[in-house]
Amino acid sequence: MIPALFASEAGGHAAPAFDILTALVVLPAVGALAVVLVPRARSELLRGVAVLFTGGTVALAVYLLAAFEPGDAGYQFEVKRSWVSDLGISWHVGIDGISLFLVVLTALLFPVAILGATPHHDAKRYYAWLLLLEAGCLGVFVALDLFMFFVMFEVVLVPMYFLIGGWGYGDRVYAALKFFLFTMFGSALMLVGIVSLAFLHRDAVEDQNRAAATEIVAEAEGDPTPAESERIDALRAGEPLSFDLVAIAEARTVVDDSSSANPLDWAAARWIFLAFALAFAVKVPLFPVHTWLPDAHTEAPTAGSVILAGVLLKLGTYGLLRFGLYLFPDAANFFAPALVTLGVVGIIYGAIVATMQRDLKRLVAYSSVAHLGFIVLGTFAITTEGLQGGLLQNVNHGLSTGALFLLVGMISDRRHTREIAALRGLQRVAPVFAAVFTVVMLSSIGLPGLNGFVGEFLILVGSFLTRRWWAVVAATGVILAALYLLWAYQRVFHGEVDDDNRAFPEMTWREGAVLAPLLALIVFLGIYPKPVLERMEPAVDRLIAHVDENSDFVSPSVERPDATTEEAEPPPGADADEHAEAGK
Amino acid sequence: MITVLASLGQPLPDDPSPIETPTVDWGAVAPLLVLVSGALVLLLVPALVARLRSTTVYTVVTCLVAAGAIVAVVPLWREVQDADRGPFSTLAGAVGVDGFSLFMTVVIALAVVLAALFAHDYLRRERLEGVEPYVLLLLSAAGGIVMAHANDLIVLFLGLEVLSIAVYVLAAMHRRRVTSQEAGIKYFVLGAFSSAFFLYGIAMVYGGTGTTNLVEILELFSTTVITEDGLVLAGLALMLVGLGFKVAAVPFHFWTPDVYQGAPSAMVTWMASGVKVAGFAGLIRVLVLAFDAYAVDWQPIVYLLAVLTLVVGAVLAVVQTNVKRMMAYSSINHAGFVLVGVQVATDQGVEAALFYLATYTFLIAGTFGVITLVGRTGDGHHHLDDYRGLGRSRPGLALVLTIFLFAQAGVPLTSGFFAKFYVIVAAVDGGSTSLAAIAMLSSVISAYLYLRITVSLYMGDADAAEPVPSTAVPAAAGIALAACAIVTLVVGVWPGSVTEPARDAVPVLTASGDGPPG
Repeated sequence: MIPALFASEAGGHAAPAFDILTALVVLPAVGALAVVLVPRARSELLRGVAVLFTGGTVALAVYLLAAFEPGDAGYQFEVKRSWVSDLGISWHVGIDGISLFLVVLTALLFPVAILGATPHHDAKRYYAWLLLLEAGCLGVFVALDLFMFFVMFEVVLVPMYFLIGGWGYGDRVYAALKFFLFTMFGSALMLVGIVSLAFLHRDAVEDQNRAAATEIVAEAEGDPTPAESERIDALRAGEPLSFDLVAIAEARTVVDDSSSANPLDWAAARWIFLAFALAFAVKVPLFPVHTWLPDAHTEAPTAGSVILAGVLLKLGTYGLLRFGLYLFPDAANFFAPALVTLGVVGIIYGAIVATMQRDLKRLVAYSSVAHLGFIVLGTFAITTEGLQGGLLQNVNHGLSTGALFLLVGMISDRRHTREIAALRGLQRVAPVFAAVFTVVMLSSIGLPGLNGFVGEFLILVGSFLTRRWWAVVAATGVILAALYLLWAYQRVFHGEVDDDNRAFPEMTWREGAVLAPLLALIVFLGIYPKPVLERMEPAVDRLIAHVDENSDFVSPSVERPDATTEEAEPPPGADADEHAEAGK
Repeated sequence: MITVLASLGQPLPDDPSPIETPTVDWGAVAPLLVLVSGALVLLLVPALVARLRSTTVYTVVTCLVAAGAIVAVVPLWREVQDADRGPFSTLAGAVGVDGFSLFMTVVIALAVVLAALFAHDYLRRERLEGVEPYVLLLLSAAGGIVMAHANDLIVLFLGLEVLSIAVYVLAAMHRRRVTSQEAGIKYFVLGAFSSAFFLYGIAMVYGGTGTTNLVEILELFSTTVITEDGLVLAGLALMLVGLGFKVAAVPFHFWTPDVYQGAPSAMVTWMASGVKVAGFAGLIRVLVLAFDAYAVDWQPIVYLLAVLTLVVGAVLAVVQTNVKRMMAYSSINHAGFVLVGVQVATDQGVEAALFYLATYTFLIAGTFGVITLVGRTGDGHHHLDDYRGLGRSRPGLALVLTIFLFAQAGVPLTSGFFAKFYVIVAAVDGGSTSLAAIAMLSSVISAYLYLRITVSLYMGDADAAEPVPSTAVPAAAGIALAACAIVTLVVGVWPGSVTEPARDAVPVLTASGDGPPG
């Protein structure tokens, strides 16, 4: 074992008495089973059961939020159990400030999606798949073992595939196949990468141990004490394989820094990083491999679109952060310009293509490509603001695009079309609906005072420090977002009402109640993002320090009167606050 | 018979004293004896007692015989795993009893049970009642077990022939279907051809080394460097062709789709599981064990075979519209994965191959079990369109098929995922990372095929196609399907129950006369 691991364990928390994270993953899966067991004659109970279990998950998530210690940079609620012992695979769960809000977002969006849209047939299978999907998504966000992460990352494909293919719109089979195959293609090489990484890590640790043993032998000068010889034997004994994320990342064996004792060779780390990055780039999706997204988002049923945009895309951005930047600091730093460029291309490309869409849902889908480009830009800017902005934008995008998909789904249910040209003057006949749509749309555009602004602003500030020109180009994406969304809003909601749209029903109380939590969070995060940011900050700072230490990357120093290099970053929570308040 | 042939490998004694026959350790070959005597009893008794002439009796007896073989393995397994005793060989060193051969025996016996259960309803439905399929099944399994135990090339060949000839007949068993006859003839002609290759290979190896005993070959290579080894290499290549045919490795795969398509579906269950397992058992014993010293020579060849098998199997599977042909090509793709494990030529590689074969047996048997049921009377409904709307008309059947298909695609939390994972681990550890990457990419291609079938099951327009009649699943087939599905899911979460024995099942070659004490 290596000292770094001991250090991280010592700094961690004692295992909680109640393994809440495992419960969080298992609860929806149990819910899926419960849904399956509901007798056919009582099918009216299905929705209730689904809501009950997703509601229970929300309760657990809220408890997590309350019990989470804001100042702690390490993993909390950490639990580690052996799973496949001969390969060193463990069920290792834990969350930090980076994953906390993604867990909460996931827990929140599922009941919203379930309440916001009803399936038109086969309700039992529909709810069962949704609940399994939730279990998989939560599993990804809490996994701290590479193998477990991969399992969860892959397993979410199956429920989503069935949801799109079974309950989607016209071209659903094609979209479902494309979604499954694209994502599976991406992650196929990641599995090879994970295995290679585990072996390289083991070999490096064994080399280190042997070197340490030789050192002890040399120091003892042929006469080791019993304690020393015991230690030598222990060091010379082989190292078991391990897929533990924290152990591998903190051991610095995958780091290319020449100061570390046993760096992996350059080429290997970079190839493995690329294998990981490909998997995540497909999931995010980044520009050239994004083509599955418009199809999947457009053809999926409303709940499917909400979850796809709100949660599934985040698996990619989260993966880039936790399994890219954290695991391969140097390789990530090396490839950061390429990734940032792809992100910025996505921002502009997504925006332009969104402008051209005739289908309202497809427009929202392309807007996701643009928004996710922002997140990638923020992530690989590798500054506290950029990362925090990226993380916050993950949550924001989940809220606003989730809400947009719900609204588009409502339009589609009412009018049986999503053609922008077929919709006119809805503001006259459904003013409340239009008002809600406006708020959500403005949040998506990034209007100051709403959540989108805080995220995008932080990303631009953060990336301006390290990637100045990329930030400049990305800023135009904000303008483009205003263009395509406002123009679409104009065409759909303004103008004279024609006969087809005259009977457009106003938003019901029930629909309003489903959207209310999303709207509340959109406004709350826009005005007062501090509670979120201050919980993210320690973990983000720790990640940046980790990258700084283990790669050629040097954190940019912002000139401040009393700042040393290490404490150069301004407290971003307060910072963002100021700007948000100023925007208001 | 075995003993006489095996003693051919021994140098002849100088003085013309009576031929020394080896002692027979009956206990060591108990699983084999159980199967063969079971087959004979099954053949004889119903012929004498008319009351026992029913497929149900045959099925039950077949299952009991196979279970008996598994029970007979248990004391041997204990003996082999016992640190004081360890693996041994018997019958003048011609039959090796080690963890590997015993593991394979169990897998083959399980495949027999599954095939017998699926055959029960099939044979009745097709009005093919008779004891012969069951007897042939048991004999064929006995041949497979001989292959897994073989410590001598001649014994390996014997096992191969016993296995194959029985399977040729099984393929042609459906008398009223021309395609079944065609499949039988095709399989027979090509199989005989490949057997000839194999035999010729043995002859060449004998010419090059002076022995057919695997232990002696191994010892020879470890003590002597043969400078002119052209004969040995040629023999090795020819044996590879013969065994490659049995496991359907590309480019020796051409018979597979035709035979799988034409042969009675219930019998394909056995062909795709048990026969393949036996073929790989022979391949591993010859390549990884005896010709270990020549690994540098055969590894590149097997590498190439594996790549071809993976890619061709996956690509051709995708363009089929007949589900049986699809599964035939997909089984070629899976053989490629096992070949990756063989190519690595380490204990871990063998362990991965064993795990793959053990779990795949349940997957493919289950898949063909469903195909057997969907094929309906006449065994003719195998087009992709025949699966339309199955999810609605027969949800249970569609569900288990979906489980098998996703497991074959390598989706996590199924046994198929761990099977692929162990192969990848072995390949990366053995330095064949590129092969691991190719294997994973091929699995993405073949995933399309499995998805196509699930699309038909759940997302096709049920109204467009003739609805599948929702008759009840027959009991025997139902039990087998449930067992396959449960194994697939349980091993998918806790693989330890299979990996632990697979790890203990490292093949060992033990010299002759090393029989167990007592």
